[in-house]
Amino acid sequence: MKIHEYQAKEVLRKFGVPTPRGTPCFSVEEAVKAAAAIPGKVWVVKAQIHAGGRGKGGGVKLAKSADEVKAYASQILGMQLKTHQTGPEGQKVRRLLIEEGADIKKELYVGMVVDRVTQKVCLMASSEGGMDIEEVAAHTPEKIHKVYVDPQTGLKDAEADEVAAKIGIPPASVPQARAVLQALYQAFWDTDASLAEINPLVLTGDGRVVALDAKINFDSNALFRHPDLVALRDLDEEDAAEIEASKFDLSYISLDGNIGCLVNGAGLAMATMDTIKLYGAEPANFLDVGGGATAEKVTEAFKIMLKNPKVKGILVNIFGGIMQCDTIAKGVVAAAREVNLSVPLVVRMKGTNDEMGKQILKDSGLPIISADNMADAAQKIVAAVAGK
Amino acid sequence: MSILINKNTRVVTQGITGKTGQFHTRMSRDYANGRNCFVAGVNPKKAGEDFEGIPIYASVKEAKQKAGVNTSVIYVPPPFAAAAIWEAVDADLDLVICITEGIPVRDMVEIKDRMQKQGKKAILVGPNCPGVITPEEIKIGIMPGHIHKKGRIGVVSRSGTLTYEAVGQLMELGIGQSTCVGIGGDPVNGMKHIDVLKLFNDDAETDAVIMVGEIGGSDEETAALWVKDHMKKPVVGFIAGVTAPAGKRMGHAGAIISGGKGTAQEKLEVMQACGIKVTRNPAEMGETLKALLK
Repeated sequence: MKIHEYQAKEVLRKFGVPTPRGTPCFSVEEAVKAAAAIPGKVWVVKAQIHAGGRGKGGGVKLAKSADEVKAYASQILGMQLKTHQTGPEGQKVRRLLIEEGADIKKELYVGMVVDRVTQKVCLMASSEGGMDIEEVAAHTPEKIHKVYVDPQTGLKDAEADEVAAKIGIPPASVPQARAVLQALYQAFWDTDASLAEINPLVLTGDGRVVALDAKINFDSNALFRHPDLVALRDLDEEDAAEIEASKFDLSYISLDGNIGCLVNGAGLAMATMDTIKLYGAEPANFLDVGGGATAEKVTEAFKIMLKNPKVKGILVNIFGGIMQCDTIAKGVVAAAREVNLSVPLVVRMKGTNDEMGKQILKDSGLPIISADNMADAAQKIVAAVAGK
Repeated sequence: MSILINKNTRVVTQGITGKTGQFHTRMSRDYANGRNCFVAGVNPKKAGEDFEGIPIYASVKEAKQKAGVNTSVIYVPPPFAAAAIWEAVDADLDLVICITEGIPVRDMVEIKDRMQKQGKKAILVGPNCPGVITPEEIKIGIMPGHIHKKGRIGVVSRSGTLTYEAVGQLMELGIGQSTCVGIGGDPVNGMKHIDVLKLFNDDAETDAVIMVGEIGGSDEETAALWVKDHMKKPVVGFIAGVTAPAGKRMGHAGAIISGGKGTAQEKLEVMQACGIKVTRNPAEMGETLKALLK
């Protein structure tokens, strides 16, 4: 689960990470009022969307007067902010963060993830802050310093100090940097984060270490023990179809192609998408109905897929194990009837009771195209969508 | 022979009194030698009772002492599953297979750390996996038993239904399996591809292996590099997720391309360079393997 920058900063502040003074705002009036309450001569107006790359897209502006705060807030609030992470249509800005300006001497990067190889939390830090860290990793990997944290001890003083020195924190500010790194680790651990990033972490003119930006993603499997974090979820930032699907315990992701896919199991779902591409078309979605799909679930899945106007055909690929093919076939027939299916539908079923399933599809009188294997199914749906 | 499990394996089911645990214990018991293999369940509140004749004990340790189990299968719900894994590991069983999906990653980081520091002997498979089957001997997990038959091909996979798909394709060609291992789709887990390949390499009754991977992480690459230097048997590889966009989690917690790493393309190239016969068409896993056997 993702949250906004201002929310991530609130979380980090609770663990002792210093951040600039700031206020989240939902209107231009609120923004002007917030700036007036923050002493200083410079304010930062920051678009709050879940995607990164906001500065480059014009979503972060430096205002030098109340009038400028007003002008920038009016400009940014409501805009479709396009970044490399939003896709070409961009994301509508509904919230702002008004912050005090910072006296930046040095921009650094610190981040944390769970490393799959060592199976530990990995602290990554670099002197190259403010930049796209993936670029740094690709071109100058020697500038990224890593510490794999022992879960029993947490981030040790010596480890934190060493990293701080390596990324160019002057000795006088090392104790502060240590406190920030250890607080970041504690926040990561205690909140069950899957990613935590401060980019940039800045060293100010007077030697303070401050989180100028913040990003935290949480492990969705652990949300049951963090109701306070669940409350931070912003549904406006999420894909409507994906939210709808999650209500029915369906794992759905929108993609750009025109062939809808309904599959049981994440691996088989990905493989089905790959097969469609192999035969020259593109999938419209990833959709895993899971192991215990019922007729109702299949119907909901059809409805969600068909809400996407790009969908010109549907491929159902089921490997019946515990889930039986005749049950799925009944679900498919019911769904096709209920939604008045008007696009081609290819169904491939294999496994438990597959012959019974095929018979049910055949007896339905619906124009369902049956396929014997994955390749056959993909070829048939690609041809049907192409009008052949 | 086979790897990890055979007809002499003695299994305790943790979570035997839940709906999922009951259903799959019944299915597993009814498969091949299941009646001899599934000899215990655990539930501290129902100790002394039984599940359709399978005695329930208060702890895994007690099940080990009284029923002689050496393997555990776990269906415990996610909030309690990590503790269940530790109970089985701490009882010094040989093998712990965790089926449970949705365990917090932090819980797994703690468990793996403790296993390593205390030098525990138990091998962990999963979590979030279909389990392990040695066809016509024993099935531990949620895979459909009847789609398998005994043979000499090993299968290892991060995905459940994609494993069944690979098995289904082998069966259409009349090819049986020695053991099929679902290692699961979570980022922090037990056995990795490389660990299973090592066992298949040493198994006298496995002639070749199908290795099915997914986007995310670098486990397939690590395994491929090992294959290049050590594997004596042919390996067929497939990676799901060529069409998956970066930054989107494809169902499994581990199936995500992040920071430009873990793409299917990258994995396939490394595997190919290491001598693994890769196919980009998931419908041709079986055919590709058959061609290698000739």
